[in-house]
Amino acid sequence: MLPEFDLLQPKTIPEALAILAEHGADAMPIAGGTNVVVDLRAGKHQPRVLVDVARLPGLRGIHRENGHLVIGSGATISDLLFDPLVAQHAPALKEAAAVFANPLIRNRATVGGNLADASPAADTAPPLLALDAEVELASQGGIRRVPLADFLVGVRKTLRRSDELLIAVRFPVPLSGTFSHFQKVGLRRADAISVLSAAVGVTCDAAGRCTVARIALGALAPRPLRATAAETVLVGEKLTPAAIVEAARVAGEAARPINDIRGSADYRRQVTEVIVRRLLEKAVAAEVAA
Amino acid sequence: MKPELVTLHINGRTHTLALAPNVTLLHALRDLGYVDVKCGCEQGDCGACAVMLDDVAVNSCLVLAGQADGCQIVTAAGLGSVKQPHPLHEAFADSGAIQCGYCTPGFIIAAKALLDRTPHPTEAEIRDAISGNLCRCTGYGQIVEAVQIAAERIGESTNRRINESASL
Repeated sequence: MLPEFDLLQPKTIPEALAILAEHGADAMPIAGGTNVVVDLRAGKHQPRVLVDVARLPGLRGIHRENGHLVIGSGATISDLLFDPLVAQHAPALKEAAAVFANPLIRNRATVGGNLADASPAADTAPPLLALDAEVELASQGGIRRVPLADFLVGVRKTLRRSDELLIAVRFPVPLSGTFSHFQKVGLRRADAISVLSAAVGVTCDAAGRCTVARIALGALAPRPLRATAAETVLVGEKLTPAAIVEAARVAGEAARPINDIRGSADYRRQVTEVIVRRLLEKAVAAEVAA
Repeated sequence: MKPELVTLHINGRTHTLALAPNVTLLHALRDLGYVDVKCGCEQGDCGACAVMLDDVAVNSCLVLAGQADGCQIVTAAGLGSVKQPHPLHEAFADSGAIQCGYCTPGFIIAAKALLDRTPHPTEAEIRDAISGNLCRCTGYGQIVEAVQIAAERIGESTNRRINESASL
């Protein structure tokens, strides 16, 4: 049984922002409900007002704009999985969408909800961190852009104010010659919460030296985070097996995992190194093939 | 928390009813008599409550009824009738994909969504498509087989229709 609340269904984004401004922390946005309804049922939230943004016009599109890919917060995980722009410019994000929960959930869960929910194990976060994504937060005062790395503050904590709505996530379209991959480790192949996850993206120049490296980790700290020290190991270098092994080792050191029902901290740290190494090897193999 | 009027178009019939905002689509459907939609985990893990919502397969336990206002909903029973069953209905019966039957409507919806997008799925695609549905009786082998059989039969009848219309 769900607790009692009022369900408000604004027809436009300004209408939604007016409701959030009026009700503040008493209001909670709901889109696909795959987290919100479950949490309501478990008694984790007691909002007086749910603001249904699932069908708000203008929240769902995915488009290119001034060298950026802009993904509406209402885009579902299935939208990410089947969108040609995502496939072309953000393959790691598509790979994350493909292993996100299960198809029934992917059809309802939104990218905005996955980020705003701020689970350390949110599967869209590592690939978006590796893409230098920013989130767009709208309020009656206007729109502000916040780097995703700053937006995610801690376990279920973000920089979103209660009068704000996450309306989009955007990132610069990666340079050609960028190869990115994502992998999650779950206790089973489908419908699993990540024990850990990682995304990598590397760009190399004509001489084969790495110009940009991104390594992001999920479920390995209170929030998804970049392993910047590991990225530094790669920049300016040729992506030799030795460089990859060293970057993976440093990425493992960036992990600050906990022991929980899905895995021990030691296990997570060791597997992080293995997964990051494999992802970098895969990216290099893709580059060689291309 | 006052009731709101919600209009649902279910299996071709339109219902308008006053519902409290905290009623899920699952319970709205079951209270209206669409009891082929099953209540399982109510957490989005088991898929027993799956329905097509505007042609998209979803867990009805995670949709508030008010969020489905004005939407087209098709349940597993709505895909066919006893006289004219859907190929998925027949294939599930023919291949023994049903034991207790509780999960079956959800599997049929998940399979329908797959075949709408991918008429000739591989076994891996079928297993991914039904990964949000739990069955505790049959062990999935027969369910995968049922989806394969249904895909073949739908393909054959489509080819037949194309050939017939070509010969007209």
